[in-house]
Amino acid sequence: MEKGTLRVKTGFAEMFKGGVIMDVTDAEQAKIAEEAGAVAVMALERVPADIRAQGGVARMSDPKKIKEIMAAVSIPVMAKARIGHFAEAMILEALGVDFIDESEVLTPADEEHHIDKWAFKVPFVNGARDLGEALRRIAEGAAMIRTKGEAGTGNVVEAVRHARAVMKAIRRIQSLRDDELMAEAKNLQAPFELVRYVHEHGRLPVVNFAAGGVATPADAALMMHLGLDGVFVGSGIFKSGDPARRAKAIVRAVTHYNDPEILAEVSEDLGEPMVGINIDVLPEEERMAKRGW
Amino acid sequence: MSKGKRVGVLALQGDFREHKQMLEKVGAEAVEVRLPAHLEGVGGLIVPGGESTTIGKLAREYGLDEAVAERYQRGELAIWGTCAGAIWIAREILDYQQPHLGIMDIAVRRNAFGRQVDSFEADLEITGLDFPFHAIFIRAPEIVRVGEGVEVRSSYKGRIVFAAAAGLWATSFHPELTGDTRLHSEFVGELAK
Repeated sequence: MEKGTLRVKTGFAEMFKGGVIMDVTDAEQAKIAEEAGAVAVMALERVPADIRAQGGVARMSDPKKIKEIMAAVSIPVMAKARIGHFAEAMILEALGVDFIDESEVLTPADEEHHIDKWAFKVPFVNGARDLGEALRRIAEGAAMIRTKGEAGTGNVVEAVRHARAVMKAIRRIQSLRDDELMAEAKNLQAPFELVRYVHEHGRLPVVNFAAGGVATPADAALMMHLGLDGVFVGSGIFKSGDPARRAKAIVRAVTHYNDPEILAEVSEDLGEPMVGINIDVLPEEERMAKRGW
Repeated sequence: MSKGKRVGVLALQGDFREHKQMLEKVGAEAVEVRLPAHLEGVGGLIVPGGESTTIGKLAREYGLDEAVAERYQRGELAIWGTCAGAIWIAREILDYQQPHLGIMDIAVRRNAFGRQVDSFEADLEITGLDFPFHAIFIRAPEIVRVGEGVEVRSSYKGRIVFAAAAGLWATSFHPELTGDTRLHSEFVGELAK
């Protein structure tokens, strides 16, 4: 019997496909998410919109809060560690969380190095803005990739930008000749073996989710149409007028993303969405997507 | 033997793409099932791994679970549930209240082998297969009881992980995540025999 193998890690991520992973800050929110049909919850201290509003250093959650959430629901529980903060990751693994998000939403702990994720039994998800970044994180042991988007804005534009960048680069690599792959690996600053995998299979070797700015069922459906495997929703649910209803609608939108009639039905009468921020007025230093490389 | 047979994969949530690929490898025509209309002409249905609570809730909508149960009861549909799918078809789920189909006379315990850090790979002896099957268990359920007429085809360390009855299979593990097509081939081969 072998535990913590790559297949067990990436295989677990496959189980999230076609699903919605929701940010929650306490046990009560976690129950609402589970009831709405979330495939997992992400335990964190403050949702990104509040991190943005309140400022200060954002860190891993209090283990007590995470344990309460783990006790409250039967679905998998994820939690966030700061970029490069492997001690936070060790604590989360010891708590028994099911997945760790090495997240730019928290204040980075290391400006140069990400966590060596091979050293852990628990799988990791990382954000990426483009294909090179995604492949670097996979080379470090990430079992799942997500777009960075721009968390806490309720604005899907950055997630769309990152999703399109990755998908376009994948299609480009597929069209290359074998003898052009090394130069492509050099340009992407990504390992050759992973570039060759993408060339042969036309996709990442791990599951790829949308994250950062998804606020409506239509946003979620858009990301699915762009070729992503599922959706993370952060502030979009619990910063809206009717979280339970909106959460359920987004779950149904991800399953039925290709059925416009069902999308219309689930989008109706959801109450107030989160207010949202236009990203072009957001000062450069407040952009979370720029964290990590 | 399995050429051209139409087999559905419940595509509400989970790793249905992997099951489709396995079905295509063994020569079947794989169909994604999200609504009752998608069951048309389908002789077998695979319920994939995923989150059982999510799949159970989504299947309640648009009458999908009723349509599946009805087709099964008329003897028109064989069903194979893997992991979350096994939970969905089980008559009894210990400790949790959640929507499920409940047509197979077995009882399951969710996450019986632990959380994700305890997920594992192991070689299994399976009745009817001539060499071991490399199985992947992810937050896997255990089959803790089987009813009359249900055969235990495999156990791991004394815990049931594969149960089979007429037109129904339940596996705790994920054959779709390996390259081993023996079980998919057998499932498709058994259809409309």
